Amino acid sequence: MSRKTETVDSMGTDRPEIEIRGLHKSFGDNEVLRGIDLDIARGEVVCVIGPSGSGKSTLLRCVNLLEEPTSGQVFVGGTEVTDLDVDIDAVRRRIGMVFQQFNLFPHLNVTENLTLPQRRVLRRSKARAAAVARENLVRVGLADKADAYPAQLSGGQQQRVAIARALVMGPEVMLFDEPTSALDPELVGEVLSVMRLLAAEGMTMMVVTHEMSFAREVADRVVFMDGGVIVEHGPAAQVVGDPQHERTRNFLMRILDPASTEAPVEDAGVDVRKPVDGSSEG
Amino acid sequence: MTSRLTRRQRRRVSQGIQYAVFVAALILIGFLADWDRLQNQFAQKDLAKELFPDIITIALRNTVVYTMSGFVFGLVLGLIIALMRLSSVAPYRWVASVYIEFFRGLPALLIFIFVGVAVPLAFPGTQIPGGTYGKVALGLGLVAAAYMAETIRAGIQAVPKGQMEAARSLGFSHARAMVSVIIPQALRIVIPPLTNELVLLFKDSSLVLFLGVTLEERELTKFGRDLASQTANSTPILVAGLCYLIVTVPLSLVVRRLEARADKAR
Repeated sequence: MSRKTETVDSMGTDRPEIEIRGLHKSFGDNEVLRGIDLDIARGEVVCVIGPSGSGKSTLLRCVNLLEEPTSGQVFVGGTEVTDLDVDIDAVRRRIGMVFQQFNLFPHLNVTENLTLPQRRVLRRSKARAAAVARENLVRVGLADKADAYPAQLSGGQQQRVAIARALVMGPEVMLFDEPTSALDPELVGEVLSVMRLLAAEGMTMMVVTHEMSFAREVADRVVFMDGGVIVEHGPAAQVVGDPQHERTRNFLMRILDPASTEAPVEDAGVDVRKPVDGSSEG
Repeated sequence: MTSRLTRRQRRRVSQGIQYAVFVAALILIGFLADWDRLQNQFAQKDLAKELFPDIITIALRNTVVYTMSGFVFGLVLGLIIALMRLSSVAPYRWVASVYIEFFRGLPALLIFIFVGVAVPLAFPGTQIPGGTYGKVALGLGLVAAAYMAETIRAGIQAVPKGQMEAARSLGFSHARAMVSVIIPQALRIVIPPLTNELVLLFKDSSLVLFLGVTLEERELTKFGRDLASQTANSTPILVAGLCYLIVTVPLSLVVRRLEARADKAR
């Protein structure tokens, strides 16, 4: 049924690894993405930030078609993901994804989590799959947990296994959907350092995150989204350090100053904190 | 505080009354029942001894075989119907829903009569493969599948959505993700209710009674009833009943254990 339509230049040209063109996505009447255009070059690390409900996770999920865009195009490595005739399973093999909730397979141990997709999807031999699994467990620093079950691991360890599981498929691109948001604060660091390692190895990464320090340090570019559009994007230092837009400034102020994020705006009046400012955007 | 009794006193009085009623009921039964006659009818040791070993080697064995064949057939069919029920193709969903409502709405006995009598009459020459065993597997399985399909569907839907997403993002096709990731987890979730279904089937296998079986094919209920009428005594029925309990009670305990463990894991 499925036919793979590969555009000519999948290697070595200056075509971006990820190209997003005029992307719209609605859930019923709710228009979550209102026209997104974004290019991500090979080896680039792009962090997508923005308030909840801004559409950043939906954007990420459109890249590997976990959400079907309402209109617009997405290309990954030159292949049009949004083409109805494309073999989406083949495309997804080249796109690793890491979820907020880890989504490890709880009925399998760590090694089996890493070998199952290799065996079933890539048809690798048992020995080869095991070798690749071991290799990637070492990469995320969990070689000693090969026989553990997900429930026996901490959140940070589970997320590192989830990263390793994505890596065993040899992806060209890695998508991270708030990879540290479900973690206790003391476990965030170990996951971020694995991601830093990947970035240093030259992996193309698209990261939806609230970790501003990670964005500032690791990202080549930061994209700020709000209300389903890209409000501002540019070098990390610029967007995070010297935002040009009011909405970006408000968001960063809220996220960097925890005191102002604790009470939502609707809890009017009871708070002693002074109002941030008069704007009511968002 | 308007009431004269404290809460503690009131609780004591309430419990005291409940115990008193219980003891009174026991005493009443003890006096009213004709124990000699009961023992005569139901607990003749010599008669009971004569039942062995046939009641185990033939009757209980057949009950187990009938149950297992019905269970396996029902499980496979139930899984297929559950998947049809969840299909994105509407006609599959309709067929599955009709099947489930149809077979859950009919007495199992009627299905047995249908399989055992109506089908051979309506289609002369057709043979259900496996003789009596095949008929039983079909009769029990058809009914069990309807219940198991609903259980399995619930189990599949209880697997978090992220599991399918993770599998799909790794390049699994929908079908392969179902087989390798979702269904193994769903079956784990439904083991306790499926074991309950097994207990129900174990008892329903007594409906074989209405199929007409050879001596060698008799299961516990038929066996007990036949011997009861041969000996004009009900002891065989009591023994057959005990044979059921030997299997069903431990199974029920296992279910309770599994459920407790599943609760803890949550």
